[in-house]
Amino acid sequence: MSRQEILEGLKSVLAPYTMDKEALNSINDETEFIKDLKINSANLIDIIIDAEERYEIEIDPDSAEKIHNAGSCIDIILEKMKEKA
Amino acid sequence: MLMEASIAADFIFATMYKEILELLPYKSSFRFVDEIISLDENGVTGNYTLKKDAFFYEDHFPGNPVTPGVIITEIMAQIGLVVLGIFLALHLEQKINVDEDEKVFPLFTSTEVSFFKMVLPGEKVIVISKKQYFRFNKLKCYIEIMNEAGELVARGMFSGIIKPFSQNKKSL
Repeated sequence: MSRQEILEGLKSVLAPYTMDKEALNSINDETEFIKDLKINSANLIDIIIDAEERYEIEIDPDSAEKIHNAGSCIDIILEKMKEKA
Repeated sequence: MLMEASIAADFIFATMYKEILELLPYKSSFRFVDEIISLDENGVTGNYTLKKDAFFYEDHFPGNPVTPGVIITEIMAQIGLVVLGIFLALHLEQKINVDEDEKVFPLFTSTEVSFFKMVLPGEKVIVISKKQYFRFNKLKCYIEIMNEAGELVARGMFSGIIKPFSQNKKSL
């Protein structure tokens, strides 16, 4: 799965947690979840759980801490998918 | 023999419930938990009786006291989220390190509640909470609140973060 494909998938994972549809549509690696998408920090955990389900992976607390923008989220998803494969 | 074992179990539960009630960080007029009826890692049931002289009835509404929706929400959160959260923090494998004299500090992070029935002064309400998940210190529960007739008063999804008080002071 390419980074671009995961970014597209991430859009639907993030959609329920942001009101800012414009920022979501123009999402890129640098998009910060809390600052740019105005996502409640506690919802980051829901996003992690939804991403785990979507990509059938498990994200441990250390990896979760590294997630702050779309790019770092894709990195972790790819890393966990590779570990599983 | 069986009888003794069940009395011993009752005693252990009563002690644990008392410990959790003492750890609730709320004081008199804003503490909305009377009793824990059952509690395990998947959920909690508890109750609260609205005091007829509670501070909010005088003004909500003058001459027509009705329990405010925010108070109903608070009762649901205190029993369904905070009691269960303290239990999970203290008794589970993934427990958070809490010093003996340290309070657990709950942060309410989101909710969506639908209301079905009014609650009047003096009514007793029962809260039933079912855990959806507890991960990275975040607890999410589906919570229902009923009146004594067993009618649904409100229901909703609640989320909060549970952390020790000292950690919270640091991060704030």
